[in-house]
Amino acid sequence: MSKQRIVVVGNGMVGHKFIETLLEHEQAEHFEIIAFSEEPRLAYDRVQLSKYFDGSTAEDLMLTSEDFYKENGVSYALNEKVTQVNDKENTVSLASGNKIAYDKLVLATGSFPFVPPIPGKDQPHCLVYRTIEDLEAMTASAKESKTGVVVGGGLLGLEAANALKNLGLDVSVVEFAPRLMAVQLDEIGGQQLRTKIEALGVGVHTGKNTKEIVAGENSRYRMNFADDTHLETDMILFSAGIRPQDELARSNETIELGPRGGIVIDNNCLTTAPNVYAIGECALWNNRIFGLVAPGYQMAKVAVSHITQGAEAFTGADMSTKLKLLGVDVASVGDAQGTTPGCLSYVYQDGVNGVYKRIVISECKTKLLGAVLVGEADDFGTLQQMFVHGMALPENPESLIVPNTGGEQAAGAGVDALPDEAVICSCNDVTKGQICCSVQDGATTIGAIKDATKAGTSCGGCTVLATQVMNSELEKLGVEVNTDICEHFAHTRQELFHIIKVEKIKTFGELIKSHGKGLGCDICKPAAGSILASVWNEYVLEDELAPLQDTNDHFMANMQKNGTYSVVPRVAGGEITPDKLILIGQVAKKYNLYTKITGGQRVDLFGAQQHELPLIWKELVDGGFETGHAYGKSLRTVKSCVGSTWCRYGMLDSAEMAIRLEERYKGLRAPHKIKFGVSGCTRECAEAQGKDIGVIAGEEGWMLYVCGNGGMKPRHADLFATGLSDEQLIQYIDRVLMFYIRTADKLERTSTWMNNLEGGLAYLKQVTIDNTLNICDELEADMANVVNTYQCEWKTTLENPEKLKRFRTFVNSEEKDNTVLFVEERDQIRPATEEERVRFVEMPSSETETETA
Amino acid sequence: MTQLQWHTICDANDLTEQVGVRALVGQDQVAIFKIEGALYAISAIDPFSNAAVLSRGMVGSLQSRIVVASPLLKQHFDLETGECLEDDTVSVATYPIKEEGGKILVAPAQEVAVS
Ligand code: SRM
Ligand SMILES: Cc1cc2nc3c(=O)[nH]c(=O)nc-3n(C[C@H](O)[C@H](O)[C@H](O)COP(=O)(O)OP(=O)(O)OC[C@H]3O[C@@H](n4cnc5c(N)ncnc54)[C@H](O)[C@@H]3O)c2cc1C
Ligand code: SF4
Ligand code: FES
Repeated sequence: MSKQRIVVVGNGMVGHKFIETLLEHEQAEHFEIIAFSEEPRLAYDRVQLSKYFDGSTAEDLMLTSEDFYKENGVSYALNEKVTQVNDKENTVSLASGNKIAYDKLVLATGSFPFVPPIPGKDQPHCLVYRTIEDLEAMTASAKESKTGVVVGGGLLGLEAANALKNLGLDVSVVEFAPRLMAVQLDEIGGQQLRTKIEALGVGVHTGKNTKEIVAGENSRYRMNFADDTHLETDMILFSAGIRPQDELARSNETIELGPRGGIVIDNNCLTTAPNVYAIGECALWNNRIFGLVAPGYQMAKVAVSHITQGAEAFTGADMSTKLKLLGVDVASVGDAQGTTPGCLSYVYQDGVNGVYKRIVISECKTKLLGAVLVGEADDFGTLQQMFVHGMALPENPESLIVPNTGGEQAAGAGVDALPDEAVICSCNDVTKGQICCSVQDGATTIGAIKDATKAGTSCGGCTVLATQVMNSELEKLGVEVNTDICEHFAHTRQELFHIIKVEKIKTFGELIKSHGKGLGCDICKPAAGSILASVWNEYVLEDELAPLQDTNDHFMANMQKNGTYSVVPRVAGGEITPDKLILIGQVAKKYNLYTKITGGQRVDLFGAQQHELPLIWKELVDGGFETGHAYGKSLRTVKSCVGSTWCRYGMLDSAEMAIRLEERYKGLRAPHKIKFGVSGCTRECAEAQGKDIGVIAGEEGWMLYVCGNGGMKPRHADLFATGLSDEQLIQYIDRVLMFYIRTADKLERTSTWMNNLEGGLAYLKQVTIDNTLNICDELEADMANVVNTYQCEWKTTLENPEKLKRFRTFVNSEEKDNTVLFVEERDQIRPATEEERVRFVEMPSSETETETA
Repeated sequence: MTQLQWHTICDANDLTEQVGVRALVGQDQVAIFKIEGALYAISAIDPFSNAAVLSRGMVGSLQSRIVVASPLLKQHFDLETGECLEDDTVSVATYPIKEEGGKILVAPAQEVAVS
């Protein structure tokens, strides 16, 4: 039997889903698939598009790869527009001139952004937000702009506003309707959202009808509104809704279109032309377009089912949505506006925390019809499931939205009440039963659930609910998820931190006696040592603390592969006087140390033996140097650029700020090392956005970025706050770092901490800017304690003859370590290789002096 | 069995609980530890790097074994037997050690005794 040829036009999210589903089908081998995409790349995750501004690349967003298509025998052409459907001869025509025959044709052409016909809309810096190319255009435009306006205050518009904000622009949203998210929210919900968004510094202008876009006086453009007001801006982003992309379907008379566009389909996703299907945002079912990905995925499955003689049908979709818009949780379920005749509603409003919740119930008080949640949307999963499954309301329906004041968590009861067939992840069509099965098969983390079922891998909206289902199933199986730090403590690092602080524990001995067992090990001891240092900041070589220090911390130097050490004096901000530079050179020469400029703007001296460390440090400390903590899980360096003092572009004195920050946080012990960068302008010569704490000078003050990382898995830092004064900057850094120290896991850099932090950046801001946990004072006080109790560990050690004894190479001899051998290379020493060593050791009476290679 | 050749190494109070020191016993570099009062001595040379670093490792317990972790690549060595926990084909020499009259004494590693 020859294969049936399936031609898929459009390789967006839904077109790809169709191909993926067909490939997984047991009859897959009977089909030949050819895909056409007008875009220059295969399908990517449009839903996560805004992640691009958080540092994701086009590569990260890909849903598939050319290799995957090739391996599975899928032919494809990129940058290839299909221009004509010839249903009489079963072919399509391509822009390149060719014709391709099909047995079945699938139109998955998506939609395009609607730009209202405003005079002046076609000028440069007037953009839309739909493709990766659009993102590139936005980024480029933002570089030349200070302010931006988003036209449209719906879901996408607010997401776009967030994106512009992340690009560093001053943003306003202009909405035609009298409130934000007019489709999903009721009036009070819209108002509440507006208050929250305005508090974030985003201007909101509702009830504005843009008449024209003309040249501005202070900015690039001026938008004139119908009510004779105006607004100036450098760039404009249109996000005023989408229109189904039905251009191709219009080329054919058999294919019926809706009065306002959209390709008409039946319950099998068939169009009015034989063998032609339409799925996703281009399809019009029952006079409705579905502008979400989950219904599109359902259509893809239905079309595959129909092509393979299955029985699935499309019967409409739930348009409930949950989103985090500008860090504000917003969700709507079913009839959120309460338009069903006779319906009743309950409203909960918390003006203090900006939370608004409303549920709409049926006249007979038995069914949930809809809900609106603003400011907190944890109940979304439960409410949506109740709505979709028509589950019976509890006796007091208000309990669904009134916050839990102690007692059992309502949500837990919610997931247990769900039937096994309840769809938890609508993007990927994963049921409660499937999640429970994968838990039974051994998945114990949400990551494992994602791998096994795909739940939570698209929009992410179902993660909370999926986690609840997983936890409840784990509990039923009697499995406890082990988060213990090691075999000696049945606690996490966070718990140990809490115990040490609350019980005022000062030594590891006390800690293990009261809360652990055994002697401890090389996992819990350094972790405890680090916590003790963060909390009490005592001298690390005290007898009780010394055994907790890794060899590097113990000898206050970094051990190298041959057992010698490197020495790194602090050079705050990379600024150094010629005299100090000369001193470093003299010391290096005297002790014959290999000398290298590090990646952290300072000098590293390698090859020092244990007993030489105090001698070397004595000379450095006498010359005014302090330890650089290159060995500690603590502040390493604050990289700086020269800034406004010398640089023609500098906006603020970045070098001075870098030195000030390095002096403030030096010696701060943390779960892992911490690096800062301070740049004098957005040219970013100090690479601050790749650091745990990044500071960049802007026109209105400092911009603070947090949780960046170079290293193994680079992470672009998140913009945390802008327009900061020196004092605000330091206050925020105090809070963020102390909160990190309190809550991170052992050896967790800020980047991974942020990636794992529930609620992410928005949550961090709530805690450290809005003070929602009411701990900001405490965080600052804890930091003040560390800052005020700083001591240079090397200085203290040099003053303490007892401690200096520890640096002897042998307790019973003045001899040198004869395993340490150096050879010379490029005029400096380096450790001898194994081969060289063997040669060396075999020579009689070998000394540990340098051999010239 | 031959008589052990005890070498006096240092004063007992030169040792800090759970902090290793290094000693020369003949030509051998030996790592010495005091843990909850008990004394241990093993070769200081880490067989994975051939560097004399084991006295500078962190000590602790794993299950019921008392161990030191190499500061370089973190393999654990049983302080009683010298065995490497991660690789049972590797072990380091152990040395007899005792405290007597306020002094720490170590004897050279025994060749396997021929009875
Ligand atoms: C000396 C230096 C390389 C150089 O010759 O330039 C260096 C050397 C070491 N780095 Fe590094 N890193 C050095 C700059 C960096 C940088 C660049 C920077 O800071 O701008 C990075 C990437 C930035 C970052 O951290 O995000 C870097 C990312 C790492 C990582 C990966 C961290 C990560 O989160 O992925 C490690 C491994 C770790 O910490 O677990 C590491 C670990 C190490 C260790 C400690 C490895 C070890 O345990 O022996 C090296 C020994 C240092 C020594 O003996 O003194 N080093 N290392 C640099 C010292 C800077 C300083 O003045 O303190
Ligand atoms: C910024 C943003 C955020 C979003 N957030 C969410 C969200 O949180 N939740 C949610 O459910 N949905 C969200 N959406 C909507 C979601 O992305 C869409 O529902 C989904 O992408 C629709 O998939 P599709 O395949 O139908 O269309 P598309 O993904 O648009 O794919 C259509 C493809 O067809 C191509 N094409 C069109 N005509 C032709 C032709 N003639 N020849 C060749 N190729 C052609 C197009 O270039 C395009 O690549 C968001 C959308 C955006 C833009
Ligand atoms: S970041 Fe800006 S101020 Fe600093 S050196 Fe570079 S261009 Fe100059
Ligand atoms: S509902 Fe979108 S990923 Fe699960």
